[in-house]
Amino acid sequence: MSRPSPDHHASTTPSGRPRLSIPGSGLAKGLAVTLRTMTRKSVTEQYPESQPALPPRSRGVIGLFEENCTVCMLCARECPDWCIYIDSHKETVPPAAPGGRERSRNVLDRFAIDFSLCMYCGICIEVCPFDALFWSPEFEYAETDIRDLTHERDKLREWMWTVPAPPALDAGAEEPKEVAAALKAAEKLAAAQAAESAESAGPQEGAS
Amino acid sequence: MNGALDVALRLVVVFVVFLTFPLIIGQTEHKVMAHMQGRLGPMYAGGFHGWAQLVADGVKFAQKEDVVPAGADRRIFQLAPAVALLPYLLVLLAIPIGPSRGAVGQVIDAGIFFVLAVMGVGVLGSLMAGWASANKFSLLGGLRTAAQLLAYELPMLLAAASVAMAAGTVSLPGIVNAFEWWWLPWQIIGALVFFVAGLAELQRPPFDMPVADSEIIFGAYTEYTGLRFALFLLAEYAGIVVLCGLTTVLFLGGWHGPWGADGLGWLWTLLKTAILAFVVIWLRVTYPRLREDQLQKLSWTLLVPLSLAQIALTGIVKVVIS
Repeated sequence: MSRPSPDHHASTTPSGRPRLSIPGSGLAKGLAVTLRTMTRKSVTEQYPESQPALPPRSRGVIGLFEENCTVCMLCARECPDWCIYIDSHKETVPPAAPGGRERSRNVLDRFAIDFSLCMYCGICIEVCPFDALFWSPEFEYAETDIRDLTHERDKLREWMWTVPAPPALDAGAEEPKEVAAALKAAEKLAAAQAAESAESAGPQEGAS
Repeated sequence: MNGALDVALRLVVVFVVFLTFPLIIGQTEHKVMAHMQGRLGPMYAGGFHGWAQLVADGVKFAQKEDVVPAGADRRIFQLAPAVALLPYLLVLLAIPIGPSRGAVGQVIDAGIFFVLAVMGVGVLGSLMAGWASANKFSLLGGLRTAAQLLAYELPMLLAAASVAMAAGTVSLPGIVNAFEWWWLPWQIIGALVFFVAGLAELQRPPFDMPVADSEIIFGAYTEYTGLRFALFLLAEYAGIVVLCGLTTVLFLGGWHGPWGADGLGWLWTLLKTAILAFVVIWLRVTYPRLREDQLQKLSWTLLVPLSLAQIALTGIVKVVIS
């Protein structure tokens, strides 16, 4: 009131002439805004009665797809607040073919995420090179005991079933590498089979 | 005996109105403010759209400890809420809602004087609270309240005086009886000044600098807890009832309406009061708080000259038509 606001004087029409403003028109505009908002539907969601419509990539909880986990420990080491616990041991696998070399393999013993420490940064999911960790939009896992917030591997596996399917590819996009590799392998196999059958069929034809 | 019964009945009715109307306005404020901000407001208390929210609030206030600070002026501190609240009850007694003698608590010949004088006392409650609390925020709030009372009582009185001049009487039913529809444009400036000054006197947003909770922690009410705090809040809403009722009676023609003035007149009064109460809430939601200097400037440089101009206009028209 004591100082006129700078944009009050600077307001001009597109042609550059100063816009004539009726005194109090700003006040009336404010009243109109609140009245209009009152007549519109309010945005509040009545949460416990109705579930919120969450976007598909919501960061609710982390699911573990443990078949993909190779115990590389990247997630546990990248975690900023050290809330991932991984125990494992090494097993030797007998050679696949006779005369081959024994292979060693990591076996996961424990995978746990302490959600009382987790800050939902998603670095573990980003960093996992084998796609073993996923965001799930589930968020209702509050506990009365803080120790129950440490979810062990079976619970993390349960969350995995709530992970939504990945979004569909854009039209005309390159097909995913896995599919391309599988197709290539299948083609190779089919070509080899065809060659084999042609080889075995060829001499018979010639002999008859 | 009959007379005593009549008085008792009137007192009970006015008292019930005094206890229920502020709550209704408070609940309306909860809901209207919420929807104006895109929210739902209270939804749980009482089951249906949170209708019992203020009852629940009242129960909560009653449960709280009534604390008096060690350094406070004990008796004044405890008396202040009553001083803030009771004047509005007295004013309510004198506001007529219908044309018949039964539709007013007590007809007072100098009604307009009585009403404005007693309303001014209500503000003293805040001043007492601020001075007695032994708290710097309370003191600041109390002094701002005093400054606001000084600034806004004058235009309010001048605006009311304009109506009294127009009607040629200072009795509230007399003013409404003399009302004609063309008073509305004639007294419109006075009505606006009266309403705005009344809002300021109630310390309602946007004139809530004395209680600005984000700056001086509710001003004079900083140290209050429990029921005494609730009484201050109740005084604010009772003040809204009184202000809207008075504006209706003085400027909007009370029980006069386009039709149905006989019998259903009280409905017109209530309707106009309710609409004004909605406007009070609407203004609160819409406008940000005025700074202390803006507050003073609005009164002394705008409202006082406007009300004086209204009085001049009233005088001129009065002379011309008589």
